[in-house]
Amino acid sequence: MNIIKFLEAFTSETLTTGTSSRRESFSQFGKFGKNMALAAIPFGLAAVSSKAFANDIGPTPATPVGALQFALTLEYLENEFYAKGLASGVIPGGGREEKVFKQIAKHEASHVTFLINGLGGPGAANVPAKPTFDFTVGGAFDPFNENGIGAATAYQQFLALAQAFEDTGVRAYKGQAGNLISEPQLLEYALQIHSVEARHASEVRRIRGLKGWITGIERGAGMPEATQAVYNGENVTLQAGFNTATQFGPGAGTEAYDEPLNTQQVVDIANLFIV
Amino acid sequence: MKNTVNVHEVNPAFTDRRSFLKISGLGVVGAGLLMAVGCSDDDDATGPITDDQLPGVRNGIFDLGAGDLGILSYAYALEQLEADFYTKVVNATGFASTFNSTEQTVLTDLYKHELIHRDFFKAAITGALTAAGLDPSARLLPTLEFKYGTLNFSNRDQVLATSKALEDTGVAAYNGAGRYITNPDYLLLAGKIVSVEARHASAIRSLIRPDSADFAGDDIVAPSNGLDAAKKPSAIIPVAAGFISTPFTAQFLP
Repeated sequence: MNIIKFLEAFTSETLTTGTSSRRESFSQFGKFGKNMALAAIPFGLAAVSSKAFANDIGPTPATPVGALQFALTLEYLENEFYAKGLASGVIPGGGREEKVFKQIAKHEASHVTFLINGLGGPGAANVPAKPTFDFTVGGAFDPFNENGIGAATAYQQFLALAQAFEDTGVRAYKGQAGNLISEPQLLEYALQIHSVEARHASEVRRIRGLKGWITGIERGAGMPEATQAVYNGENVTLQAGFNTATQFGPGAGTEAYDEPLNTQQVVDIANLFIV
Repeated sequence: MKNTVNVHEVNPAFTDRRSFLKISGLGVVGAGLLMAVGCSDDDDATGPITDDQLPGVRNGIFDLGAGDLGILSYAYALEQLEADFYTKVVNATGFASTFNSTEQTVLTDLYKHELIHRDFFKAAITGALTAAGLDPSARLLPTLEFKYGTLNFSNRDQVLATSKALEDTGVAAYNGAGRYITNPDYLLLAGKIVSVEARHASAIRSLIRPDSADFAGDDIVAPSNGLDAAKKPSAIIPVAAGFISTPFTAQFLP
């Protein structure tokens, strides 16, 4: 059973079965875990050991499984960030923000589970361990008001980090597309997560009073300088030889296209938050 | 290009629009069905296309063709639709009074982005055809004409609902087409565009229902696994055709 056949077996049996509960679906995926771990080995991919993730993460292999491992690490980060944010009490309750961040948190938790199961299930050799995250970046931020910066300021920092994570996620998944081109079903799953990250990014940006799309390399008002790496390289106006700035200028031209980040660029961003 | 033969039954335009919106609203179900069908390895093996699968006119009607050129032509058709729609939106009588300033900014940005996407595909396909020694005047999808039935471009709710359907459909179309692209450069370009379409869809949904989770609602992002919709060209084209008055076919696309 190769990786694709495995995923097909899973999707056809559970994801689309109306009577199957979410929990059942995931446990069904888990049953395939051992097969999956074995199936992944023929790809010739060195499993990333948990030791490699004990501290700073390194680049994952430019392979389909490497791309999934890479994606999972980002989803670990986002999932923990939103779970802590919702638990911290800094997000204003009862209105748009709470609904939005509950929805985003739900998706990120689903993505973590989906990717773990895709890599063989909990504890499988191909599943990287969750890094230890420090969202204060050594005390520079206090997004959960753990150090008493005050709920209002903490929330602004939470929003800024959320924007950075979502915009990074969009660029990171895009940068892995080439690594998945040999596995069409995995590519499609990654695309289906990629566009959800983009929906999140747009909404978080709009909550912060920005446009939903990225203009040039502008990180936007209120974004810490430390997040600039998320936006560098977004000012491309030449797409396959076509000048996107000709009609409406470079602003609209760069907004109309999101640019990829390569694995190392994303690793460097993520390592800011890994201790 | 003059067309004399319609390849599909043309329903009254208003019905088309309604069915378009209706089908779009079933995005999650549609994606689930596609996933249930699964995909044999053969489905993905597009392989080198033969001369008789190139984009071009067959029996008086333009066919999008097979392979990467077929997918690019398909994307060009969808971007033509979006560009035409937003051109009509921003030029409609009363645009400045129908929509508040935030909505005007969003719709004007979408107008610009979609025109850029449309003209990009025209240039990219022309370049790809030329590089392959093919004649763009025969192989490039012509400029399509569109119909919107009774859609009132001065009605805020109707325009935003149609915009939402178009953007969600665009996301599902790119998500579902990616697996059929063989050239990594084209795949990356599609990836650069689809996330912007998703940003659009989110913003429009948020304009319609701001105090909600609709920007990535359970109706379009499956709550069971957090995946957005993905649909094959054969699931998208019949729906989009409700807006397109120029006949074309997609005999060689999945």
